[in-house]
Amino acid sequence: MERDNLINVEHLVKAFGPKLAVNDVSFNVERGEVLGFLGPNGAGKSTTMRMITGYYPPTSGRITVGGHDMVADPIAAKRLIGYLPENAPGYGDMTVHGFLKFCAELRGLQGDARKRAVNRAVELCFLEAVLYQSIDTLSKGYKHRTCLAQSLIHDPDVLILDEPTDGLDPNQKYEVRNLIKRLGENKVVIFSTHILEEVEAACTRVIIIDRGRIVASGTPAELKARSPEGRLDDVFRAITLPDTVKAEARA
Amino acid sequence: MNPVANIKTIMKRELGGYFTSPIAYVFLVIFLLLTGFFTFTIGNFFERGEASLVSFFTWHPWLYLFLVPAVGMRLWSEERRLGTMELLLTMPITNWQAIVGKFLASWLFLALALALTFPVIITVNYFGDPDNGIIASGYVGSLMLAGSYLAVSCMTSALTRNQVISFILSVMICLFLILAGYTPVTDLLSRVASPVVVDVVAAFSVMTHFEGFQRGVLDTRDVVFFASVIGFMLFTTGVIIRNQRAG
Repeated sequence: MERDNLINVEHLVKAFGPKLAVNDVSFNVERGEVLGFLGPNGAGKSTTMRMITGYYPPTSGRITVGGHDMVADPIAAKRLIGYLPENAPGYGDMTVHGFLKFCAELRGLQGDARKRAVNRAVELCFLEAVLYQSIDTLSKGYKHRTCLAQSLIHDPDVLILDEPTDGLDPNQKYEVRNLIKRLGENKVVIFSTHILEEVEAACTRVIIIDRGRIVASGTPAELKARSPEGRLDDVFRAITLPDTVKAEARA
Repeated sequence: MNPVANIKTIMKRELGGYFTSPIAYVFLVIFLLLTGFFTFTIGNFFERGEASLVSFFTWHPWLYLFLVPAVGMRLWSEERRLGTMELLLTMPITNWQAIVGKFLASWLFLALALALTFPVIITVNYFGDPDNGIIASGYVGSLMLAGSYLAVSCMTSALTRNQVISFILSVMICLFLILAGYTPVTDLLSRVASPVVVDVVAAFSVMTHFEGFQRGVLDTRDVVFFASVIGFMLFTTGVIIRNQRAG
């Protein structure tokens, strides 16, 4: 089915000056898939996500979201996406409620529809207790969940989450993982992490990125089968280069 | 989903941002104290013995030189520092809707500050019989002047995530816009350059164009000048914001 191929990325390249942050990345994601982006720090996970969400224009390559080209028709493509940027930014002077209302309005929700959307997102992310607190005064976990709520507010078909469990306590991590799994049943979810157990718990498919390239892709079970002990971190270590080796290679 | 609704949403948030932090109140109090001080004490409002607001408006280019960049310096630099720019620009809105929304919010805030100087109109009308048409045109000019400075600050704030750098750059550019037509500078320039050159340089100055408004002359050329400074600076802001992400 053509329509359910929600994200289509072809030969994506992003250069910052002479440095290639993302180098020829291609993949498709269909409805019902939860795709995990794995990779060492600085591998190009965030840069790839920023291109898919339309924040960075790609140096070359093509991104379509639900059939809309991100470069030619960004507004239509962005409408389908909910995005949690790295470090979960928010306007510190706004209350959680004010912030969510603002985001809902930018998503084109008005009146009753807006009220329902805000209530739903608040419920999904357990924000009732801090609803009228300003974002500056929130703990890291609540701040993170506020930004996550913002990404869910318009019930998007595509969810792009950059390190959604970063800075959360084990209980919150567990809840967010379950939320991702549940939402993934009838949406596309792409999330990045460097916690390997998270990938096993929540993903239907994994892409491992290193130095801007896709170095491995498959279901968590397939990837695990590559290591004799059946452990994902052995696979991860075998195919991505640690910083020390990279420094040697450069010298 | 239409442009006007998006701009309104962004404006509302930005204006709210001024009033939920102390910025708005500190600014309004300082602005009103300074305008009062310059008009009555330095400008000798009473000793002049004229029913006009000349001593009020003369100081505006200088007063705004520091106060307007203080309002505008955070517009984009704060957004970049907090990372909310990523959030804002991945929303289904265009860059220019965000730029115009933020600019209009700050301009509206400056208009409010200017409107709060109304006691000076009451004062001059109580003591004399001024030409209120000239006063109205002075206010329009002052608002256009503030808008031009603000657009400059908007541009400099897009250049950097550091508000101090944004402020200083903006003051420098605005100072140039003043000095190009400031009488002592044009006098100096006319000694070494031909009158045509002096006129061309002075034409770039806000002083030259603000003068007409103060005399009660609403010249389309002056309006067009301020509108083009605003338009050009906001356009440049858009180019800067786009290029930063292009890598």
